[in-house]
Amino acid sequence: MFIRSTILFVLLFCVALLADAATHRVQMNQNLQAVINKAASGDTLLLSKGNYNQHSIIIQKPLTIIGEGYPVFDGFKKYEVFIVAANNVFIKGIQVQNTGRSSLVDMAGIKLQDASNVTITDCKIFNTTYGIYLQNSKNCTIQNNEVRASAKDELQSGNGVHAWKCDALTIKGNTLSGHRDGIYFEFVTNSFIERNKSFGNIRYGLHFMFSHNDTYSYNTFSNNGAGVAVMYTKGVTMSVNIFRHNWGDAAYAILLKDISDSKIEHNKFDRNTVGIFMEGSSRIHVAQNIFSDNGWAMRIQASCDDNVFEQNNFLGNSFDVATNGTMMLNTFRNNYWDKYDGYDLDRDGVGDVPYYPVSVYSVITERIPTAMILYRSFLTNIMDQVEKVMPSIIPDQLKDDAPRTKKWKL
Amino acid sequence: MKTIIKYVLLDLLRNKIILVYTIILAVLSISVLNLDSNPSKGLLSLLNVTLLFVPIITILFATIYFFNSIEFTELLLSQPIKRQKVILAEYIGMASSLAAAYAVGVGLPLLFLVSGTESLILVLTGVLLTLIFSSLALLIFVKSKDKTRGIGIALVVALFFTLLFDGLLIAFIYSFSDYPIDQAVIAIIAFNPIDLARVLMLLQLDTSALMGYSGALFKKFLGSATGSIFSISCMVFWVVVPLFLSVRIFRKKDL
Repeated sequence: MFIRSTILFVLLFCVALLADAATHRVQMNQNLQAVINKAASGDTLLLSKGNYNQHSIIIQKPLTIIGEGYPVFDGFKKYEVFIVAANNVFIKGIQVQNTGRSSLVDMAGIKLQDASNVTITDCKIFNTTYGIYLQNSKNCTIQNNEVRASAKDELQSGNGVHAWKCDALTIKGNTLSGHRDGIYFEFVTNSFIERNKSFGNIRYGLHFMFSHNDTYSYNTFSNNGAGVAVMYTKGVTMSVNIFRHNWGDAAYAILLKDISDSKIEHNKFDRNTVGIFMEGSSRIHVAQNIFSDNGWAMRIQASCDDNVFEQNNFLGNSFDVATNGTMMLNTFRNNYWDKYDGYDLDRDGVGDVPYYPVSVYSVITERIPTAMILYRSFLTNIMDQVEKVMPSIIPDQLKDDAPRTKKWKL
Repeated sequence: MKTIIKYVLLDLLRNKIILVYTIILAVLSISVLNLDSNPSKGLLSLLNVTLLFVPIITILFATIYFFNSIEFTELLLSQPIKRQKVILAEYIGMASSLAAAYAVGVGLPLLFLVSGTESLILVLTGVLLTLIFSSLALLIFVKSKDKTRGIGIALVVALFFTLLFDGLLIAFIYSFSDYPIDQAVIAIIAFNPIDLARVLMLLQLDTSALMGYSGALFKKFLGSATGSIFSISCMVFWVVVPLFLSVRIFRKKDL
């Protein structure tokens, strides 16, 4: 008897707590904008399943909007769909589709303007110019959304998740495909990009500029036009990502341009034209990554300095490292190179002769791209062998003094 | 002519070298393909084997064979048969048996292990290379006076195409790198059947992206259907021209 009354009491208490935050059920023939305008701050709107042929819905107060069975909102290829311009908004389980495209306004499926503590989760966003657009927002979470489009060219399309001038975002578990860039970050700081899948985008899987102290990890980037670009940033942590099959004339897994004080660790680079393309970057720690079956595992321009490459596995790449100069201010140590053919007399797992990862043929093709026509010809094999015995053309400072003789278990 | 081809084939079968060649190729291809889990890599290794061994073995073996069967040829010529027919029959017998050896030795393992267009192209390039180098061997045979010199020339020719030509090409590329030489390079490639075979095969594989990266023109031209047709027809030229020349020389040759 006592237990039952306690439970009853607790239930009543909860109801009393919720009493001032009303729950409204919305049907598809109702005008959502009108319901929103009437609702009080902190209310919950439960949207029933169905086709809401509504668009340009503006949310200017803290609300919780939950869709049941993915109610569909349509922009008819002309309009924006949701605009959130308030803090503490929670949106879950709706489907947004067919935004318009304009040269003046970036039309998005769900747009956040000057908002903070907004969560958008479990939504489906199809055929939008921009999927989720965050502008000057803070502490927002974009989670488990499916953002899909079928963009044809760069100029006519937008990005899956687009963030501009934001802070402390969490972009987690989303699936992004068919946009210009899967995720676009510009002036976004202290944010996390985690467990997303970004594939089949025409330009980059992730495009990242002036965004300091961000972390992206456990993401998969595959089959994007040009891979992932990280530019003009410091303090980025890139870890446990998979970069797969970014294969094409001008593709790479990661492009690093003017990046400093960052980490690239535990990533997997598989079948990319170039694994890491590095330009003007310094103090990057590249460790415990696996580079397999890439055209070039790394292209490190001479403008990079103080980078450390250690404990990586290089397996089956056509070229391990290419560079465009003879200066080399970076450190390579303790990597496993499958092309290493030195010996290890004292059996301590470290090769006794240094490994030169830059082959003479890669030096020649770097200088004269036309020489690529001789790729895999018998002559270039011989040249590489000769150069291994007596290095004269290859940058002799670029070497791994302690190459591993056994693969790292990564 | 058919009878002569038949006898050439029988003779080749009897001295077992063709059989050994087939078996070696088959063992090589099976081991190379099993060695690498990635079939594309296996194909690349096989391509290397093809480009390196097929020309040298073909040209040496064919030259030696033509010189060794000179008495048989003389015997035939004493009969009322056209010289043209005799020499063509010998060529066809030789080339077809070597080509068949390649097709069986490399083609069969490929068919079972990695079947696809790429494998087909590899077999095609191998067969074409065989035909080309037997044709060159025939030319060497009709041009040179004795066996030793013939074998010497055959070695030099094979080395020239596998190694020296590329060396000259790279020297050319180096010295004219300031000029737009992409088209010139493609034209030069046409003068080396081994390079043609290599490029034709590479552009079928994923690695073509590497070439496209540096020389967009290569991929645009050689990667297209026109490019493939260009390289194949160049290779066919490489079969026909030496053959035609040797027939013409042989017709007037003083034996």
